[in-house]
Amino acid sequence: MLLFLEQVLNGLQFGVMLFMLAAGLTLIFGIMGLINLAHGSLYMVGAFAAASVLAVTGSFLLAVLGGMVAAGLAGLLIESAIMRRLYARGHLDQVLATFGLILFFNEFVRMVWGPRPLYLDIPSWLAGTVEIFPGAGYPLYRLAIIAVGLAIAAGLWWLVQRTRLGMLLRAGAADREMVAALGVNTTRLYAGVFVLGAVLAGLAGALAGPLFTVEVGMGEHILIQTFVVIVIGGIGSIRGALVGALLVGMVDTLGRAYLPSLLRLVAEPATADGVGSALASMLIFVLMAAVLIWRPRGLLPAHGH
Amino acid sequence: MTRNTLLGALLALVLFAPPATASEPVKIGMITTLSGGGSSLGIDVRDGFMLAVEEGDGRLGGIPVEVLVEDDARNVGRSIQAAQRMMQREQVEIFTGIIWSNLALAAVPRVLDNGGVFISANAGPAEFAGEDCHASYFNVAWQNDNLHEAMGQHVKDEGHENVYLVAPNYPAGRDALAGFKRFYDGNIVGEVYTSLGQQDYASELATLRNADPDAVFFFLPGGMGINFLRQYQQAGLKERIPLYGPAFSFDEGILSAAGDAALGVQNTSQWSADLDNAANRHFVKAFQERYDRRPSLYASQGYDAARLLASALANVNGDIADRDALLDALRKADFDSVRGEFLFNSNQHPIQDIHVREVFRTEDGTLSNRVVSRAFSAHEDAYAANCHLGND
Repeated sequence: MLLFLEQVLNGLQFGVMLFMLAAGLTLIFGIMGLINLAHGSLYMVGAFAAASVLAVTGSFLLAVLGGMVAAGLAGLLIESAIMRRLYARGHLDQVLATFGLILFFNEFVRMVWGPRPLYLDIPSWLAGTVEIFPGAGYPLYRLAIIAVGLAIAAGLWWLVQRTRLGMLLRAGAADREMVAALGVNTTRLYAGVFVLGAVLAGLAGALAGPLFTVEVGMGEHILIQTFVVIVIGGIGSIRGALVGALLVGMVDTLGRAYLPSLLRLVAEPATADGVGSALASMLIFVLMAAVLIWRPRGLLPAHGH
Repeated sequence: MTRNTLLGALLALVLFAPPATASEPVKIGMITTLSGGGSSLGIDVRDGFMLAVEEGDGRLGGIPVEVLVEDDARNVGRSIQAAQRMMQREQVEIFTGIIWSNLALAAVPRVLDNGGVFISANAGPAEFAGEDCHASYFNVAWQNDNLHEAMGQHVKDEGHENVYLVAPNYPAGRDALAGFKRFYDGNIVGEVYTSLGQQDYASELATLRNADPDAVFFFLPGGMGINFLRQYQQAGLKERIPLYGPAFSFDEGILSAAGDAALGVQNTSQWSADLDNAANRHFVKAFQERYDRRPSLYASQGYDAARLLASALANVNGDIADRDALLDALRKADFDSVRGEFLFNSNQHPIQDIHVREVFRTEDGTLSNRVVSRAFSAHEDAYAANCHLGND
């Protein structure tokens, strides 16, 4: 039972991490209609920038801030130089251009930081484990990520539901043309949304740094899972992104933890381990397919269309 | 008159020019991973190899060589294309460099079928050591299972009775655990296969702690290993359950990214920077001076591949057309390996010592490995008996 609770916490932590990426991606997709494959690159830029700032200043908070600023600046740059020209184009052009950006960012990061992975340390005040369950300490840093992720979710909820900008965001996700026709400066709105998404991706990258390897190409793996999240949650919807992220986090974590032992009940241990881990790694895609059959527009789609 | 003299001189030059082949350098095709994930391995193999070439002023064994380097980006298709391009356009006959077993299994047979020679500086899949062994294929690093077998022996010697195993779910991962179990005969309390490229191990670590093993053996090469090591420490397991693994998760690139999470962990390797022999002392110093970083085991393998080739080229005086003589010379392995004693088995894979190393902090504060004991002396791989070479 304790183990199960711990796995639920792990799922929650993975879920909020995915949410930070998915929130930006789903807004960009929902409001501008842009498929941005380079979202993972912004996550990578955030992680590398954070590692550099940490190496220079020694302050973890400054490092996280640096990661957010660097990703935000990179987002602003590619939005005004490239993305702006893509909004009116088809999805194929967008996929091609943003895939090109992945290659560009990977080489760029390699040129600036070199091919070897970087080291980002957990600050001493977040190191160690907390005994939330007797006998099984849970890493404090992962708890901190859960707290930050939930705070971001609350902040985004406030932003979207309670502010004027949020009203525009909701309106934009529901009917883009009408918002432009009402005289809203969509150029600025789009740039703002894109930078917001980039900053969140940078934050996720900086927070992921101490857990995962900071290396070239680190964004691609998580980008695929992020896309699964927004497809499950419903494109353009922050609430959908949160529900989808937590669902994917839970299903992936619990699947990896329990599927092999469940299969052991019906198959040879060696087969069960092999098949179980293979099945566990595709479980989120099975979930996505099931959701698409059941609710083709996702669990909580943005209104309108 | 002048014109005729000139024409005559020209004619004489054309007719009596020495055959072009004699002065042309021997071409070597280096296909390796230089970009994307896992590129640090390929870069180290290349740099180790090129160090030996540079030390000979562009010659190996006194014979001028031209090394053609191609990046395969860890992509099977690109490694095959590179091999075919080099064979057809450049008439390259000697190849090396491929890091990954799945690439080697696809590209190497094409080289061998075309009459080429392949000297592997890393990948050592079971197929090439056993049934599919080939007179023109040499492995100067190890057979894939070797370092895992050594760790199986070491963990047994340490007296651990309940071991938990972790490896990625792909052929080399399953081979690794099979190799470990070949020499470890205690209890396996858990065996988990993770997905290739996995970043987060929180779920596996919680299950592992619950199984309460005496020791953990893991094989997670590259970035996966860094993630696992750090999360293992963050979960507070490092002080409680000792961790063991092959050297692939403890090369110099990984140590700098894993930091304290790797400190003190024991790992098995055929090479270590502190192996005390003249060739190794020279290599470690020269590599550090040339590239301003510590050599890894991959760099040592690249260097040994070049020096093996150098010994053979010197032996046949650069005449690689006499293929039997070249292969005979390679088989002799008449060079001072940086790992000390080195012999080829009948399947042309190494017979070598395998050491247990531990990660320690050097005087300048960075992490490195040092030898603490020896797991195997003159170890042979498990597949040599299936190889037809030497039994003919």
